[in-house]
Amino acid sequence: MKYVIIGNSAAAVGCIEGIRSVDKTGTITVISKEPYHVYSRPLISYLLYGKTDEQRMKYRPDSFYEDNGVKALLGVTAEKVDYEQKKVILNNGAQIPFDKLLFATGSEPFVPPMAGLDEVEKKFSFMKLDDAKALQAEINPESRVLIIGAGLIGLKCAEGILQKVKEVTVVDLAPCILPSVLDEEGSEIVQKHIEEQGVKFCLANSVAQFHQNAAILKDGTELAFDLLVVAVGVRPETKLAAAIGCKVNKGILTDAHRATNLADVYAAGDCSESLDITVNQQRVLALLPNAYMQGETAGITMAGGEKRYDKAIPMNAVGFFGLHIVTAGSYDGEAYVVKNGGNYKKMVSKDNLLKGYILIGDVARAGIYTSLIREKTPLDSIDYELIKEKPQLMAFTATERAVKLGGTKIED
Amino acid sequence: MKRIYVNEKWCLGCHLCEYNCAFANSGSDDMVKALKDVRINPRIRIEEKQGISFAVSCRHCAEPLCVKSCITGALSVDSGVIEVNKDKCVGCYTCIMVCPYGAIMPGSDGSVIQKCELCTNNAFGEPACVTGCPNKAIVFEER
Repeated sequence: MKYVIIGNSAAAVGCIEGIRSVDKTGTITVISKEPYHVYSRPLISYLLYGKTDEQRMKYRPDSFYEDNGVKALLGVTAEKVDYEQKKVILNNGAQIPFDKLLFATGSEPFVPPMAGLDEVEKKFSFMKLDDAKALQAEINPESRVLIIGAGLIGLKCAEGILQKVKEVTVVDLAPCILPSVLDEEGSEIVQKHIEEQGVKFCLANSVAQFHQNAAILKDGTELAFDLLVVAVGVRPETKLAAAIGCKVNKGILTDAHRATNLADVYAAGDCSESLDITVNQQRVLALLPNAYMQGETAGITMAGGEKRYDKAIPMNAVGFFGLHIVTAGSYDGEAYVVKNGGNYKKMVSKDNLLKGYILIGDVARAGIYTSLIREKTPLDSIDYELIKEKPQLMAFTATERAVKLGGTKIED
Repeated sequence: MKRIYVNEKWCLGCHLCEYNCAFANSGSDDMVKALKDVRINPRIRIEEKQGISFAVSCRHCAEPLCVKSCITGALSVDSGVIEVNKDKCVGCYTCIMVCPYGAIMPGSDGSVIQKCELCTNNAFGEPACVTGCPNKAIVFEER
């Protein structure tokens, strides 16, 4: 069996480990634009911050490809897939035949049209290792950095460079930071914390015009800057898949086994969609744990095993300057909110299920809440009042605890 | 493989497992020096309420969500034991977000996480919580 994976990040690694849990001998080829051993993309801000380095950023050990019998074609681009002939054509002319193909092509930064952007000499995205290296090479203690986008990418970038530059200003169209992750109240708390570190925000605002090293904002403010980081958002990379007839919405569509509508073609990670069980809708859930588990499911399926990935939910664990945030699920339902000093908690329930939560500050044992969402635990089967106070296994029945902790097997 | 199981009916709520865990992972060979005037941060924790108590530590799941979700590759499985490479961990707490047992916690300075490794990576060699449990409420068994 010949497996080919386009992409070389978390979904690709999940796929390789999934295949190898079933098939020890088939050939696996990985095709990657980037010339690097597999590394963790979310760590690029930690690289700039100095908390990790290129060696420690590697998502798997140096021997990973060798250990798993993977032929890694790094620094080459898959130009086209010939689905009839079952081969991938590379930019160097090579043709890689496949029996089973995985699209793990990830996403690309989205740069909206902004007047005068072409005039800006030093502009960066912040997704890949090369982006971080390029930014690192340009920043100095006198740099004034303008970041467009107050989402996870923009703010992690701000954290990564703040101590190494003169000033960081973040502009976002939305009135609140982290709009896709937090509610209004939570985002105020986090914004205040980040401002206290020295980051400046211009929210509910946007750049009307760039003039070389100046940005004129919609409200007339003029911001002088030396370096520009555009972190507005990302778009799933679906071109190759769409070209051969894979169904694509925002991302590539798959079933619970990660199979596309085309036989022998699979998709996983940020290029694809999953069923978000908290809202029962197909969505791109662009986060590393989902990418890995989708890839693993695809790999096991490609190798003839049985695996479903049908418990996908949005979730994020992130910290800014020591303040931790954990969120999961969706926020439509009955809210229970507790504010206590620097800590913030919101739990959202609907139809006897926990649908989502936000924890800021105290995030201890958050996974117990996440599991209620993921497993769709009926809230009347646990002591919800108790678990609202803090995540704890005491809220489950003694019988359920005996399964969780005592090794009691569930009888079929 | 052998795992840690708890029987809450036999748990006295004495918290000795927490102290033995903290000592076993302290790097010290003197329990008094290791724990005196120290606010312990053990990898096993007692939950208790109205006469019920039980210890919670890593289950070393066969399908470990923490390992699959770890963004750095710091968590891995070695012969069934889920281990953390603290050199790679950046303290993002993704594992804390996904562990259904609440069995992973920040290390003492918060910069990396810590979890039970069944005392395979300390001088103790076998789970100190089990050895020190006075009522066999925590056992280390193949099931």
